[in-house]
Parts: sequence; structure tokens; C-alpha cells
Amino acid sequence: MTTNSLKQPGGGLLDRLFSGRSSILSYTVLAIILFLVLPNLLSAFRLNMAGKYLCYAFACIGLVLCWGHAGILSLGQGLFFGIGGYSMAMFLKLEASDPESTSIQSTPGIPDFMDWNQVTELPWFWYPYKSFPLTVALILTLPVIISCILCFFYFKGRVTGVVFAIITQSMVACSWYFIVGNQGYFGGINGITDLKTLNGWDIRTESAQKILYFVTCICLFGCLFLSKWVLSTRLGRVLAAQRDKEERVRFSGYNLTSFRVFIFAFAALLASIGGALFTLQVGFMSPNLIGVVPSIDLIIYTAVGGRLCTVGAVYGALLINTAKTMFSEAYPTVWVFIYGALFILIVLALPKGLAGVWTDHVRLWIRSLLKLDSPAKPKKIKSQTT
Amino acid sequence: MKLKSNKLYKIASLLAMGVTSLLHAEEYPTAEVNTTGLAVTDDTVTVGQLHSITGTMAISETGSVEAERLAIEQINAMGGVLGRQIKVIQEDGASDWPTFAEKSKKLIIQDKVACVFGCWTSASRKAVLPIFEKENNMLYYPTFYEGLEDSKNVIYTGQEATQQIIYGLDWAYETLGTRTFYLIGSDYIWPRTSMKIARNHIERVLKAKDPKCKVVGEEYYPLGHTNFRSLINKVKLKKPDLMFTAVVGGSNVAWYKQLTSAGVTSDKYNMLTISTTEDEVLGIGGENCEGFYSSMKYFQSIDTEDNKAFVKAFKERWGEDSVVGDVTQAAYLGPWLWKKTVEKAGSFDIDKIAAASSGIEFSNAPEGYVRIHDTNHHLWSKSKIGKFLKNGQFEIVSTSDELIEPNPYPEGYQ
Repeated sequence: MTTNSLKQPGGGLLDRLFSGRSSILSYTVLAIILFLVLPNLLSAFRLNMAGKYLCYAFACIGLVLCWGHAGILSLGQGLFFGIGGYSMAMFLKLEASDPESTSIQSTPGIPDFMDWNQVTELPWFWYPYKSFPLTVALILTLPVIISCILCFFYFKGRVTGVVFAIITQSMVACSWYFIVGNQGYFGGINGITDLKTLNGWDIRTESAQKILYFVTCICLFGCLFLSKWVLSTRLGRVLAAQRDKEERVRFSGYNLTSFRVFIFAFAALLASIGGALFTLQVGFMSPNLIGVVPSIDLIIYTAVGGRLCTVGAVYGALLINTAKTMFSEAYPTVWVFIYGALFILIVLALPKGLAGVWTDHVRLWIRSLLKLDSPAKPKKIKSQTT
Repeated sequence: MKLKSNKLYKIASLLAMGVTSLLHAEEYPTAEVNTTGLAVTDDTVTVGQLHSITGTMAISETGSVEAERLAIEQINAMGGVLGRQIKVIQEDGASDWPTFAEKSKKLIIQDKVACVFGCWTSASRKAVLPIFEKENNMLYYPTFYEGLEDSKNVIYTGQEATQQIIYGLDWAYETLGTRTFYLIGSDYIWPRTSMKIARNHIERVLKAKDPKCKVVGEEYYPLGHTNFRSLINKVKLKKPDLMFTAVVGGSNVAWYKQLTSAGVTSDKYNMLTISTTEDEVLGIGGENCEGFYSSMKYFQSIDTEDNKAFVKAFKERWGEDSVVGDVTQAAYLGPWLWKKTVEKAGSFDIDKIAAASSGIEFSNAPEGYVRIHDTNHHLWSKSKIGKFLKNGQFEIVSTSDELIEPNPYPEGYQ
């Protein structure tokens, strides 16, 4: 990857467009698919599902940066996805729990699950979620603060690799138990359900879900560009360098802790944004989304998309979830096996993920159509064009 | 051979019913019985079935899937509903609540099913409930549950908490002479709410009868918890007259086995559970729970003609080894209650069904006569106490004299 991006093929504008994995061409294709093809092709219900899958893509983009480019494998992205999701859910739940609609409870005005668990007044940490600007601020800052605290000492103590991956996994397991165990405060295993409006706007209608889909797409592109920018700075180079030759970077005088903390926190932030949008589109938040299994799912989407390619991660999340839905609808009793076979197949056939198919086959093919010389495989192109 | 005779029976009854059912369907033109665009044609009606076929809940929900299928097949063999054969679209909730929500949306919006039989855990019901209410469809929910809910769009065919608990506690007070109670449950909404009702009943109602009545301990363990040694030591220390338990799922096996190995058996201790049915005993082993008691509305051993016919049909369809627990029977009620409601309403429209549900009776139910309440969507039913036998069945030691009124929002118990 590093060698590829360093060796920019010189030449005209067209040539530049086709270089680099996250080139303008791949952004354009993705934009056409997300903004034109899917909304016109899919029913409102299916579009809402696509929107839901795209929310996972936020966390996957973060994983591409953190795992693919910086070499820090995190098995705990579900935690940050959950922070965003629960923050949004808490705001929506408070809005849905006005004293009128909860008049049947022993304490009206608090969320229904608190009432079932004999909580009689709103806990202090719920108060910020009464305000929408504060909620948005928390969605953006909370994952950053928590991830910094969690990873700072590990990175400072040079804990990386498998050990760090296991630590992140245990973090996400702990947070699952925390949520489930404190059902009076977080809704327990049921999660926070029955969310209706966002500042008075009914999020359950078809038109609202369509708007939310487009909001998700726009945010997704924002995150894609932001990630591309982060990677193109010197910071991105240092991260790739420390992934491949840690000691050399250290001896060059870099303090790696701050670089690593930054990229880990950035990935956490992306996951949190995805989580918040997820809650808006699905209408509830459940601890099932922050467990060990969903966190590993996120890794799988990223791996399938290609772990060095941010755009690939979006396709990975979309395709794997679509496959999951299709299989389970067509064969409700045996879909798990088909789904499993698909993974094995992808790992065996496409070790570089979908991004590998793009760079090694599709892009070459497009180049050959446009009769552009590829510096990577000139012979093959020639034989194809002549 | 069995299958063949089953098929022959079906064909014969189809032929017999054929003429009448055709007339029946003509009496109810599709345009009239379906004004809201549900998947109803001149000769079929499509319903959804949404349970976990994969994941941790699959073992519990399989019985419900089978019972609902059996009921639908029997109804079809009798000529269907309003002369229409029932077609089923099955979806897998995969023991995952967001998946339940997604699949229920798919069934309602995409497939436009006339109703859905499904869900098992409270969490899955809570996840789909807003969707049923928003899209206006009908869910037939089979599990005994915590109450505190009464939706226009759900028919609760299991017992709500007060029906199961209060009868059980009163029975223990009178028959076993219980005065001290130890409350034990898995840590989620159903056991929590159930124990809240139980404690309230013990400390308010039973204490008024005998001041010695009290709760000596109340403990919750996470779902899937398997180490109960410290709890068992506490029980041994406190020596309660009764352990009142709501331990669910896989934890059950560890709980009963550890009780037996620690010597907490029925000759020295009493236990009344509200969560263990014949299905769970299959995994636990009858010898580990022999002599304890369970409070349910249905046991496979109920000695009536209707129940014997049901158990026989169930075993013929799903295998000699299958057992029928409380929830399985409640799931069996769903399609029948829906059929009766549709016929009373003369329509598949959800609003008309919701309105017509009040007072629907099912006198040949395996558990005995049941009726949907006039003002809420729960069932009047008789509570029963069963004693665990070594062979995994229950000996019914007590049945309530009257049908017990469902009361999802019990006054004084909240």
C-alpha cells in the first residue's frame, strides 16, 4: 500500500484520477450507487435497511484507518457504536416519555423501563440528554474521551497487537454486562425501545426514513473525505510507517503514543456517529449491538471490503448485510450455513477483499478500455488492447 | 406410514370441506373482507411466523413454531379461514432483537401479512411492538410475561404475571404452609417485575393473614449464568420455607443440577418455579427437579379429551419424543383465536379484528376453556400447580376453581 501510494504515476489528469485506491472514480461510483441507484431501485422499506447497513460502514471506515493503516486491531468498536447509539436513544426516549404519554406509570415523566425497575427519578447522567445540542456534542465527544482514557496507558506502555485486541474485546464485553446489569438506568436486555420523534419530527414515517437515509449518505461521504484527508497528511504516513517498522519510526524521534491514541479515538468517533444514525433509522437501541459478536461482525465487513480501503469498507458492510438478509429470508432454517460458507469463500478467493477485485481487475479493465498505460502491469494491458 | 395416513386424512377432510368452503369464500368477497390491502386473495390468506430458529433462543422457540404450524395445518384441513387456506411466511429472528424488528417490518410492509404469530422473549416483543402499532398489524404472542403492557395490536395468549404468581403464592401459603420466601431470578425485566409483584403480595396480602410471612432474600443472576454455588449456600443458611424462582434459559440446567449436588432436594426444601416447563426439563433431567413445583396454566399431563387429542396430534406431526410445555400450548391457541376472531368480524382488517377480539371464546383449548378479556387483550385462564416427576412430566396437584382474570396493570402491585 505504502509503495503504491508513494509511486504516483505521473502524467495527465485522467491518470491521476485512476490512481490510488480511494480515487475520485471510486467515490463517484459509490455516490451514484448511494444517491441515485439505491433510492430509485429500492422500496422505502428496503432503503431503510440499506440506510441501517450504511451505519455499520462508519465503524468500518474507522477500522480501515485504525486496523488497516495503523495496524491497531480493535475488537471493541461495538462499544463506541453503542455510545453513539445509546446517546441518541436516550435523547429520543426522554422526548417520548413526556408526562402525558406516561401518565399510567407510578412516576410519570421518566422512561417506562425506569418505572418498571422502581427507579423513581431521572438519574443525573440522563439530564444532558434533555437537550439536542448537548446530545450531539456528547455523541461526538464521549467516544473520543472514553477511547483516549482507555487506550492511552496501553499505548504508552507499548501494549499493541493481539494483547491490545483482546483488551478491546474485554472492554466491549464489560460494557455489555454493564448495560444489561443496570436495567433501571439503560433498559437492560430489552434496550431502549419505542422511540418516536426527534424534536417533534416523527422519525417513523416513510418520508422521514428517506430523509434520514440521505443524511446518512452525506455524513458517510463527509467521513470518507475526512479519512482520506487524515491519511494523506504526514500523520497518515507515520501511522503506516509505525505499522510496518515500529522501531525505525521510534528511532527517528517520533512519539508513537500520541499518533496511536489519535487514530484510535478517530475510529471511535466515526463508530459513534454511525451508532447515532443507526438509532434514528431503526427506532431503538439494544445491547445486542454492542456485544462481542457485533464488534467482530464489523471486523468482518471491513475485511471483506478490503482493510486498506475506506470505500471498500462501505461495500463490505452493504454487501455482507444484504447477503445476510437475502439468505435468511429465502432459507430461514439453514441461512447461517450459507452465510458461513460465503465467508470462507471470500477469505479463500479474495484475500485482499472487494477492494482487491477493484484494484487488480476492474480498474485494469477500465484502464484498458480507455487505453491508458498502467505502470503496474504494462504487458498485460498491451496484450489485452491489441 | 404415519405421514401417509396424515396426508390421507387431510385430503379426505379437504374433499369433505371443499364444497362448503367454496361457498364460504364466495359469501365473503375479497374486496369486502380485506379493505386495507393485506395479502388476502380469493382462496388464500398469508400470515407471518416470526420466531428464533437460530441462536440461543431457538431451543425454547422451536416448540412454539411447531405448535403454530400444527394449528394452521389443522385449520387448513377444516377449510381454512373464511374459506381461504392459510399460507405461512416464516422468518428467523435469530435470537437478536434488532433482527426481530427488521423481520417484522419485512413481514408487515413487504409481505403485507394478515397477522403474525411470533416472538418469545420480552425483549423481542418490545423490539417489534412499535412497528406493529405504527404499521397497524396484529401479533399473537405466546409467552407468559411481565404484564404492564396492553397493546391494541397484540393478543397475549400466555399468562401475564399476576395470573401465574398470585395463585401460586396463595397455594404455597395454604397447602405447603409457607411463611418465608426466597426470591430468585434471572436478571431481566420479566423476573424483576414478577418478583416485585411477588414481594408485594407476600408483604401486603399474606402478611395480613399471618404476620410471620416475609421475604428472606431476593437475588438476580445474569442471563446464561451457570454458577449458583454461593446462592445455594445462602439458601442453606436462611432455610426458607420456599424458593420462588424465575431462572430461565440455559441457566436452568446448571441451577437444578447444582441444587441436587449440594443436597438441596425436595425432601428438605420446597421450590415453586414460574419458569420451568416440560421443554426445559428435557435438558435439566427429571431426576434433578423431582418433587419441586411449577406454576403454569398448562401441563402436558392435563387429563381431558381435548388435551389428549392435541398431544397426540402434536406427537404425530413432530415426533414421538416431543414434549409440550406451557408456551407451546399457548402458541397453539394463537391461530385458533385468530380464526375465531376473523370469523366473528367477517373481515381480515386489523381494526375490525382488534375490536372483535373482546370476548372470543375457545372452549376446546388443550388447557381448557379460555376467553379473551373484554377490555384488554389477555386471556382468562385457569392457573395450575404441577409437581415435577422423574419422567419429566408433571403431576397436577392443584387447579384454580375459577378462571383467573388477566390484570396487566395490577392496582397496588406497582
